[in-house]
Amino acid sequence: MDPGFPVLSLLIFLPLLGALLIALLPGRHTPTQWLVQNTPGEAKDYPKWIALGISLGGLIIALVMFIIFDRSAAGFQFVDEFDWISAEAVGFNVKYAFGVDGLSMPLVLLTAFLSVVAVLVSWRVDLRTKEYFAWLLVLETSVLGVFTSLDLIFFFLFWELELIPMFLLISIWGSGNRNYSALKFVLYTVFGSAFMLVGFLALGVAADTFDFREIRADAIAAAFLPAPVIFAFILIAFSIKLPVVPLHTWLPDAHTDAPTAVSVILAGVLLKMGGYGILRLLFTLMPDVGADADLALAIIGTVSIVYGAIVTMRQTDLKRLIAYSSVSHMGFVLLGVSALGVTGMSGAAMQLVTHGLITGMLFVMFGLVYDRTHTRQIAEMTGLMHHIPLLGIGMVFAGLAGLGLPALAGFVAEITIFLGAFGSQTAAVSVALLGVLLAAGYILWALQRTFFGPRDEKWSHLPDANHWSEFTIIGALMALIVLLGVYPSIVMDLLEMGVEPIVTNLETVVSSAGSVGAGGG
Amino acid sequence: MLSDVNLLGPELVLLVVGGFLLIADLFLKDRRILMGATLAALLGSIIYSAVLLTEGHVGSQGFGGALVVDKFAIFFQILLAGAAMAAVLVSTETLQRTPSRRGEYLALILFSTAGLQLLAGSRDLIMVFIALELTSISQYILVGFHKDRWGSEGGLKYLLTGAVASAVLLYGMAILLGLTGSTNLSEIANYIAWQGAGKEEALMLAAVFLIAGFGFKAAVAPFQMWAPDAYTGAPTPIAAYLSVASKAAAFAILIRVFFEALGDDLLAEHWKTIFAVLATLSMFVGNFFAIRQNNIKRMLAYSSVAQAGTLMIGLAAISADRSELLGASGILFYLAGYTVTNLAAFTVIILIANHNGGSYDIRSYAGLGKRAPWLSFVLAFALISLIGLPPTAVFFGKIYLFETAVQSGLAWLAVVGAVNTLISAAYYLRPVKAMFIDTAEDEEGQPDVARPSNSVLATMGLVTAGVLVIGLHPGLLINAAEAAVAAIFS
Repeated sequence: MDPGFPVLSLLIFLPLLGALLIALLPGRHTPTQWLVQNTPGEAKDYPKWIALGISLGGLIIALVMFIIFDRSAAGFQFVDEFDWISAEAVGFNVKYAFGVDGLSMPLVLLTAFLSVVAVLVSWRVDLRTKEYFAWLLVLETSVLGVFTSLDLIFFFLFWELELIPMFLLISIWGSGNRNYSALKFVLYTVFGSAFMLVGFLALGVAADTFDFREIRADAIAAAFLPAPVIFAFILIAFSIKLPVVPLHTWLPDAHTDAPTAVSVILAGVLLKMGGYGILRLLFTLMPDVGADADLALAIIGTVSIVYGAIVTMRQTDLKRLIAYSSVSHMGFVLLGVSALGVTGMSGAAMQLVTHGLITGMLFVMFGLVYDRTHTRQIAEMTGLMHHIPLLGIGMVFAGLAGLGLPALAGFVAEITIFLGAFGSQTAAVSVALLGVLLAAGYILWALQRTFFGPRDEKWSHLPDANHWSEFTIIGALMALIVLLGVYPSIVMDLLEMGVEPIVTNLETVVSSAGSVGAGGG
Repeated sequence: MLSDVNLLGPELVLLVVGGFLLIADLFLKDRRILMGATLAALLGSIIYSAVLLTEGHVGSQGFGGALVVDKFAIFFQILLAGAAMAAVLVSTETLQRTPSRRGEYLALILFSTAGLQLLAGSRDLIMVFIALELTSISQYILVGFHKDRWGSEGGLKYLLTGAVASAVLLYGMAILLGLTGSTNLSEIANYIAWQGAGKEEALMLAAVFLIAGFGFKAAVAPFQMWAPDAYTGAPTPIAAYLSVASKAAAFAILIRVFFEALGDDLLAEHWKTIFAVLATLSMFVGNFFAIRQNNIKRMLAYSSVAQAGTLMIGLAAISADRSELLGASGILFYLAGYTVTNLAAFTVIILIANHNGGSYDIRSYAGLGKRAPWLSFVLAFALISLIGLPPTAVFFGKIYLFETAVQSGLAWLAVVGAVNTLISAAYYLRPVKAMFIDTAEDEEGQPDVARPSNSVLATMGLVTAGVLVIGLHPGLLINAAEAAVAAIFS
């Protein structure tokens, strides 16, 4: 699909322009006041309206792209590219190249959607609103950049770009031990990206280009570092981001102390960058190493699922509980990938999308409840359903989706992963099923303790959902989760299309290596 | 002979105006005129370099091969004069404090810059030594310029250790002369190529002395101990100048001497290892000590030690085919990016100190983001660049240098460098946190930060734009750096 117009660049940089616009408009005036130069005032409203407009614009662009996306053509579409650095003599060539394929298109749409959600859920933020919404938009740009970069250097650039907004968003607008959490997040990520950069450079130097569409297996074989080392280096960064046990300890801290919108973005799309990277870079570029690593990935994935679920069970802080459940759910991604087949991998990709929606919704619901109760402790909440039934319904819905109730989005992803992985990773799947059981346990138990249970008059003054922004978010998220639950192929087809070349490549490598066939297709 | 003098033009302009300033200082008291003359001299020097570049003088040698005008030298001459201009522009406050010694201060900056420029174009060890002394002696005085306790301590430490470093350097040069019978770099290279076999140990001994001497100027660990005290004691514009200009020239001469004279494979394998070890040491030492600092000048001093280590990766990364070019051009690119970034950081620090009662304590930066949002933003941007995060100059500098390491089979060094990036984030983010996240204990009592003067504002704008432009469009500078180092490896 070539629209003859750099629509993708527009999508990526629109939020950045919006951020600049917000930053440059004078602080104490609304734009109108500023233009006609009268009445100074503490108008705090316009940054959020600009942010909403910009993120909605992004969502519309992404939606249009999603609709006109050519579902019959493999490969990248909407490609924008030109040479950016060409230093031939020293072999340092970087391309400005962006494009989407079946794998990244749904994630781009998810990012654009959750960014709107993030803006709406921040509607009541009143601390330094200008900066807040500007950084939120910068964050959107960086995530979109990661999902669409076709050049390793740009991938890395956007990967790092996300740190600054996250650091500031958590440490200025967060709560609790926010400085510690923000710095921990940054240091973990930088630690991972340090190794990732070396891996990327090894690939780029060997192939003489950083455009990963052009990096061939024979070039990687001739790299200065052995392919498994490169694979491991890059995997470190993605595992931290995903996260997998034992590299996950930054996640509960960051999540718990982050403002709601940032939790939504963090759980909804930032973690997905790890899973996306594993599929897009590791398995596309180094399928042979990936095929050898399948058992290791399955084990790590399963450990994450089960350990994550057990730790989740033990949480007394509702937000931390949701955060830990992400660790468990992201383990499914690794399990699906380790199946090495179309079913498992597209299930893993689907899990990225559905978990983004579901956990995004869980954090939204928690955020709305927290705005009212001002406590995160499960023990202090009880019988909330009596007082805020609408929010309660939203929370229960999100919880049920999270535990994989059929006809909701989470079920589709998990069942696909299990189907895909059962043949090749039987033992791992059997253990991982325990994770599903535990998920039902911790979610239902948490709901029971907070929303159900005896009525507590302490909460009788709480207002239920009452603002248009709240209804919009809850409604949209519910609708999407149901839509993906009953009609998953709208996204699943694309994802399958995206992982097919990866799997074909894998099978060629595996069969030429003479080993036993891996995973069903 | 006259044409030889022509080749010395960029330096001569500075020396002549510097001499004039020393005399003019006696009767001309207007700060503006003195500063204007200094800036004009530096600008003239840059224009002279540009003329040499365009008028077909590239590649000419003068003074019996002791001086060369090539793209490499011109790259550094322009960079150094630019850095000096920035240092002069932000010196307003320092000059106001010492009205009687304005001419002296400015003249010393010019002399020091001329020395550094000369260093970049030297192709003879004697010339190298003269240039180095010219710049060092000017800098010793500049560091101790304020004559207060810290200034004197810093200046004296710099002088004493500097004298030892000079002696060591001279000793290395003497060994080299004794072995090869020449002080000319290409003659030394010829000698090593034809008769060097069997004398590796002696040659390496000389090389080690040279590394120590130049490493001192570059503030590479373990020759860094003067840096923190000198930076703290020196007037802040001088600290800024030392951190970028001295380092740049030191790396220029390291590249020149080690690739032109000692670049033979016979030796290169050995000194490559030394550089790799020094790079590692320097990064770790610089970063670990920086974490413990509360004074932002000391923190930046140690960070400059770490940055010198990062730069040294480029020297360690030479091997087969074209990566020789890559390593050296990486250093040039990184230096240019680091120069604008560090100048941006120091400019803001100077401005903040002017209104903070001269405090450089990071804790006194609390709440600054509210009182002076633009200044804080520029400082945060510069610090983010120093970490090596996008979209900034050092981000690409690091990628470029790490690439050279990977390309020459030193992937471990790239890993060390990348891990040090992580360590450095811990302290570079501290002022950012203080400015934007912490609030001052006594919010009302904090002085407002006044609007900086136009010259400072312009400097800040230019260097910040430099950080951003190099970060967004690194291609231009990479090509320039590549052309510059091609002069040495052609």
